[in-house]
Amino acid sequence: MMLFHQAPFRRTPHTMPLNSSTMSNAAESLTVDDVRHVARLARLAMAEDRLPVMRDSLVAILGHIAQLQAVDTRDLEPMAQPLPMRNRLRADEPGKTMSTAELLANAPKTEGDFIAVPKVLGGDSA
Amino acid sequence: MKGDLVDIRDKIARRETTARAVVQSTLDRIASEDRALNSFHEVLAETALAAADHVDAGIAAGRNIGELAGVPIAVKDNIATRVGRTTCSSRMLENYRSPFDATAVERLERAGAIIIGKTNMDEFAMGSSCETCAWGAVRNPWDTGRIPGGSSGGSAVAVAANLCAAALGSDTGGSIRQPAALCGVVGLKPSYGRISRHGLVAFGSSLDQIGPITHSVRDAALLYRVMAGDDPLDSTCAPEAVDDPLPLLEQPIKGLRIGIPAQYRKGNSPAVDAALARATESFRTIGATLVDVDLPLTDVGISTYYVIAPAEASSNLARFDGIRYGHRASGNFADVNALLSASRAEGFGAEVQRRIMLGTYVLSAGYYDAYYRRALQVRRLIKNEFDAAFAHCDAILGPTAPTAAFPIGGVTDPLSMYLCDVYTVNTNIAGICGISLPAGFDESTGTRLPIGIQLQAPAFADARLLQIAHAFERAHGGREHPA
Repeated sequence: MMLFHQAPFRRTPHTMPLNSSTMSNAAESLTVDDVRHVARLARLAMAEDRLPVMRDSLVAILGHIAQLQAVDTRDLEPMAQPLPMRNRLRADEPGKTMSTAELLANAPKTEGDFIAVPKVLGGDSA
Repeated sequence: MKGDLVDIRDKIARRETTARAVVQSTLDRIASEDRALNSFHEVLAETALAAADHVDAGIAAGRNIGELAGVPIAVKDNIATRVGRTTCSSRMLENYRSPFDATAVERLERAGAIIIGKTNMDEFAMGSSCETCAWGAVRNPWDTGRIPGGSSGGSAVAVAANLCAAALGSDTGGSIRQPAALCGVVGLKPSYGRISRHGLVAFGSSLDQIGPITHSVRDAALLYRVMAGDDPLDSTCAPEAVDDPLPLLEQPIKGLRIGIPAQYRKGNSPAVDAALARATESFRTIGATLVDVDLPLTDVGISTYYVIAPAEASSNLARFDGIRYGHRASGNFADVNALLSASRAEGFGAEVQRRIMLGTYVLSAGYYDAYYRRALQVRRLIKNEFDAAFAHCDAILGPTAPTAAFPIGGVTDPLSMYLCDVYTVNTNIAGICGISLPAGFDESTGTRLPIGIQLQAPAFADARLLQIAHAFERAHGGREHPA
């Protein structure tokens, strides 16, 4: 049994053009290598023959999204969510909790009270 | 089982029928009708019949049995229930069983409602047609060769085909309202924060909202009242008191102002334009004041939405790693990331992968400002635009979708599919409330295909929205039933 948590994304030098002030250019210049890089960031195994297909659909969507460039957004505060919300804290009191058995019931594989994972060698591939 | 939820409830309460008889006839209807429709992924017959017996025993003993006692309600499969599975119509969660009930479900059950089953949807609520459902396409009961809309298509079909008294859906960019429109039933997206999302599998956390799909506005108002209100288990739930819509429903809307944006009359099918014109006339007839309002950013909504929603989805769906729950790829892997990546590639369908890719891209270094930050700025402009419009009107009227239901397989290009949601995404972007109401039919193809109109109202004006919707429903006539 080994314990691990999802490794944080390692900063990797990326191949995408850094000058992104023009979205439509960025979208059109999206390469298969870029798509491979994004798939790695997204932790999605993607066969080589699917990369160009994914690229084409991303280019089409990003090409449409480029219309956001035409909107004047000067001095506008970004709005991450629609309501003015405050951080809400609850009293730090013990409450009901779920049993270990309930929490482990959905695990693909268990050993005793642990979630079992296959033995993996090596480090972060990203 | 015909009639709306309130009718069924009243018949049970008056002992004209029993909860068991209602549930059994519902199960029988599902068994005979749903093979052609595929609206349910799982029917919870055993627990539903046991719950019905509990309700009937309560009535026999003269106990207070709750305002939804005995009514069978279907639940979209991205809303957690302790009984049955919660799959999000995805291989990723094919065998997932929630150890808890969603707060919305718990409140329905506390009021005596009976969960009859879990409904099919676009995988992880990503789609407008229910064609991305891992358990097969859902079919429109008005024409089984056509899509029911999505993503809450199974819930809309179950209501339209009388396979339940009402259903729960979720709406991130129109996923309650658009299928309700295409199936000819009522669909309410409450204001952001009004109904707890505890137990709703997260898609776009700043957009998601649970809401009812029903036979009538009165049913939607009742379910809204039962479910709405603060929840300690959802810190994004609004603490403000909930206005009870039921006492308002019968009040006349004479003098209320209905805003009509010119931008909502572009690019619709002729039948949708005609339905909108009739709806406008209905409002004039019942004494509403019609005013022109301007929403020039309507067209930019899809672009804004398809940055924000995938960005949030790529983050929310990062939790599906095949380790603690969900699909895990089998085999030997060189490292942890290979295991994660293979599990996710096998578990997620093509559209979900596309959205994760899009979201990851717009959040990645070098693009965050150009896409995500900019979309959040445009979001503020869209919100400001609605605020300005609502200074002149109580609700905004328009179509729910630009066309009636299209044939299954009829739209294959993702972008064309996204554009179907042009009238619904901005409601979520701004956090306001919206409702789709049956408003006639497109008969140009030889079959009757339902058309919906949408009303939108300011955040937390849900009760007023339902009042206006009810007045329209009364003037226009209630929903019709497919043959």
